[in-house]
Amino acid sequence: MTTMDGMVSVAMDEPKPEPGIKLTEQQQRARRARSIAIAVSLGVLVVLFYVMTLVKGPGVLVRPL
Amino acid sequence: MSVTLTRVEPSIAGVGDYIELMKPRVMSLVVFTALVGLLIAPGHVHPMAAFTALLCIAVGAGAAGALNMWYDADIDARMTRTAARPIPAGQVAPGEALAFGLMLAVGSVVVLGLLINIIAAALLAVTIAFYVVVYTMWLKRRTPQNIVIGGAAGALPPVIGWVAATGSIAVEPVLLFAIIFFWTPPHFWALSLYRTEDYVRAGIPMLPVVAGARETRRQILLYTLLLAPLGVAPWLLGYAGLSYGVVALATGAIMIALALRVRVEEDRAHTASKQLFGFSILYLFLLFAMLLVDHASGGLLSHCAA
Repeated sequence: MTTMDGMVSVAMDEPKPEPGIKLTEQQQRARRARSIAIAVSLGVLVVLFYVMTLVKGPGVLVRPL
Repeated sequence: MSVTLTRVEPSIAGVGDYIELMKPRVMSLVVFTALVGLLIAPGHVHPMAAFTALLCIAVGAGAAGALNMWYDADIDARMTRTAARPIPAGQVAPGEALAFGLMLAVGSVVVLGLLINIIAAALLAVTIAFYVVVYTMWLKRRTPQNIVIGGAAGALPPVIGWVAATGSIAVEPVLLFAIIFFWTPPHFWALSLYRTEDYVRAGIPMLPVVAGARETRRQILLYTLLLAPLGVAPWLLGYAGLSYGVVALATGAIMIALALRVRVEEDRAHTASKQLFGFSILYLFLLFAMLLVDHASGGLLSHCAA
């Protein structure tokens, strides 16, 4: 609805359109799968560093060229 | 001044598309040759360290594959063999592939350097840079020697495996490097002989496109004549046992016979080059597998003798 001075007013009970891009079902599924893969990769990296630190012991800090 | 805003479509790329960007079939050969380099090296490697080194080498190879697909997306779209790859198929945006490849490249080199050793990490960095910059960006679209020089990148993984285990380079991994280096031209030129149309369409100056099929067949034979003795060299120089030597001699003779068929049989050149392409994969696999078997049985024999 437009007022006399040209402003657009929205009734209080009208749902406001959400700003930004709305993902489709397929895009949401793909994003979820990618997020899980990234989380798993980061988890593997953490475990890798933890186990390799145990394997190398104090030698973990020795890096001869 | 006007600013144009382009709307970026949200990605529909799945995990499988990103795995495909890493060229898993090439990666499997890289991992296998690196594994052989790592296991035949003298001394003991902790299984977890071996796993970490192989994981980094695999991810590094995947990074090189993703960066290659990012740069070559235009020519991939024009070739039947590569048109379904994630970027030309519209599944992954070029920018996503670039970011993915760069992240994996840096990550694999840093982790290998931190957890294994710096020389192995430096070699992995050189391998990725050589494949992406020297082969993909510089040579591939300019010279028919692209796969000859670029083959060095594919030949380095066993050296990286050896260096990951020992921290230094020796004659044996250099010999493995030479075997893969001289194996690459007959392998890829055999493929390009029966895929010439694809390369013409994409404008890639592969040897059959530039110098013709006859010259390619001649060069395949020449490289195979260099490759077969190199394949036997680890046995002749005492780095591998008789079982390896027998397999290397037999399979090397078959490689030469197939290369001769490619050279002679002009009428059935496609069939002969397909056979050579197929057998060349088996040849490389058998040589490296026999090095492993030989190393394992040698270790078992010395264990029994003790």
